[in-house]
Amino acid sequence: MELVCPAGNLPSLKAAVDNGADAVYVGFKDATNARHFAGLNFTDRTFAKAVRYAQDHGRKIYVAINTFPQPQGFVRWQAAVDQAASCAVDAVIMADIGLLDYASTRWPDLRLHLSVQASVTSAEGIRFYFENFGIQRVVLPRVLSVSQVAHVIAESPVPVEVFGFGSLCVMVEGRCLLSSYATGRSPNTYGACSPASHVRWEETSDGTNTRLNGVLIDHYGQGEKAGYPTLCKGRFQVGGHTYYALEEPTSLNTLSILPELKRIGVSAIKVEGRQRSPAYVAQVTAVMRAAIDACLLKADGYRPKDQWMRELADVSEGSQTTLGAYHRPWQ
Amino acid sequence: MKLLGMKLSVGPISYFWERQRVLDFYQQAADCTAEIVYLGEVICSKRRLVKSEDWLAIGTELQQSGKQVVLSSLTLLEAASEISSLKKLCNNGLFMVEANDIAAVQLLSKAGRPFVTGPSVNVYNSRSLALLAGKGLKRWVLPVELGLDTLRDLQAERPAGVETEVFALGRLPLAYSARCYTARAHNLPKDDCRFKCLDYPDGSLLKTREGQDFLVLNGIQTQSALTHQVLEQLPELALLGVDVLRISPQYHHTMEIIEIFDAARQGAALAPLREELLGFLPLGACNGYLLEQAGMYFGPGAPHAHQQAS
Repeated sequence: MELVCPAGNLPSLKAAVDNGADAVYVGFKDATNARHFAGLNFTDRTFAKAVRYAQDHGRKIYVAINTFPQPQGFVRWQAAVDQAASCAVDAVIMADIGLLDYASTRWPDLRLHLSVQASVTSAEGIRFYFENFGIQRVVLPRVLSVSQVAHVIAESPVPVEVFGFGSLCVMVEGRCLLSSYATGRSPNTYGACSPASHVRWEETSDGTNTRLNGVLIDHYGQGEKAGYPTLCKGRFQVGGHTYYALEEPTSLNTLSILPELKRIGVSAIKVEGRQRSPAYVAQVTAVMRAAIDACLLKADGYRPKDQWMRELADVSEGSQTTLGAYHRPWQ
Repeated sequence: MKLLGMKLSVGPISYFWERQRVLDFYQQAADCTAEIVYLGEVICSKRRLVKSEDWLAIGTELQQSGKQVVLSSLTLLEAASEISSLKKLCNNGLFMVEANDIAAVQLLSKAGRPFVTGPSVNVYNSRSLALLAGKGLKRWVLPVELGLDTLRDLQAERPAGVETEVFALGRLPLAYSARCYTARAHNLPKDDCRFKCLDYPDGSLLKTREGQDFLVLNGIQTQSALTHQVLEQLPELALLGVDVLRISPQYHHTMEIIEIFDAARQGAALAPLREELLGFLPLGACNGYLLEQAGMYFGPGAPHAHQQAS
């Protein structure tokens, strides 16, 4: 099982490589990738350095170009593919049908991974991208149970990568428009969910309001720690009750099911978090490296160490973790 | 101005209704002015009060009433049984299929059958549209978050033989999850949901903590609380060569709404129709997406200003 770690800048990339990532994934400094945040991602110059650092250390580097270009932007997205291919990256992670068509035609030797943003949850769906564009790996959305993932792997024409740790999208990726409904900007079109440009923190007499383009996402009482207003992780009212109607602020953590993921044939484990700090990347990479090594050495006796769980909880949203959709009762 | 070139379609019912209600609804639809009817369950495979044979029977009746019938596929595929049902649907032998997931596109194109792509298949650019046209695409629905500027560009390069459909009225389909939010609202696990969706024939409302109507929970789907409607933009859509306007069914007044859109395409004045239309919506209206704004925005917009800016 390959460990694939995120990097939003050069220090994070080095942290991932130095702490044992097998591959690192990055994005360019614009809307061509789904972590289009201010101050994040790679320019031409830092990108060349990143490729060199990873490959000099015998690790792979993947580039996410996984948003959906509209006609006005298509040339820019093509240029991103050209840049990645020219720098001899190990793979490009993509979702858009038109862009995959371009990449597979223009750069037939470029290795293509299907992004989670393509929303593919079945072997039939994978076959569409395999037969038309020759994708060599697929990243599954965070909506399938372990047995459903096993079923997809058994029938898939290409190896399967799944999310192992990080912020949890509760909606199937690539088809979630909640953010553009509230702000006009979505992961698909703009590369960001609940963008910081539309966030307002508002001190009130009894605490803090967090708003997204004016919409109240949550209210925190005095002394309650206010979280970032990610739209699906706020408290709302349904049927007279106020609660986390969609999902709690929590992170996905698969340490406890690594042997199962190995048994069903998962080829790569992805860590979410290109927007996080180098310290996060270092911490999570180190823990995941140790856990995967322990699991690969002896899956039978494997148990996640308490210390690993604590270290991951420390860097998790709301300091809590979940197995998410992998675990049926969560659904 | 007459906009007669545009057809009207009745989208698939996105909610879970009692069987009799569904049958009654399509009996009425047989007599309405919409030319196209989409049938089938697109949200949750546990909703089985109307079975696949029933859908075929309803479709046959509608066809006899002169409607073009399309069977819509499930949007989020998870269980192996859902793939089996999808295969059956794609091989139904009677009606064209609307693919709401790329797996359906794959099955239909391999079988050499023409198909429609629904709003949840991401067609954001001309190259995607061209590739799908080569696979047998006959009609595509513009993804709901895209606006007039993008539609204009896509129409300019539209492949021959492909019709364009726009989601013209309905609560917006915004997201799909493994988790069932309706069951969650009742503290029930998804596997024992007790079909709570039946109690919410227009979905259940989610408000912000200060009472703003924000979203609607419909099982595993999240919709907008406001109803997206594009009545004022019909002349512009006609100019752009849009072929079909989709009306997404709501529990009440769908037939009245279809007649309003029919009157609009016959050239009736839009302002009074708009007032009438707003009276039929469960809550307020929005049209931001089409105007290149936040989806929840509702206003006159300035599409021409946008055109100059782009």
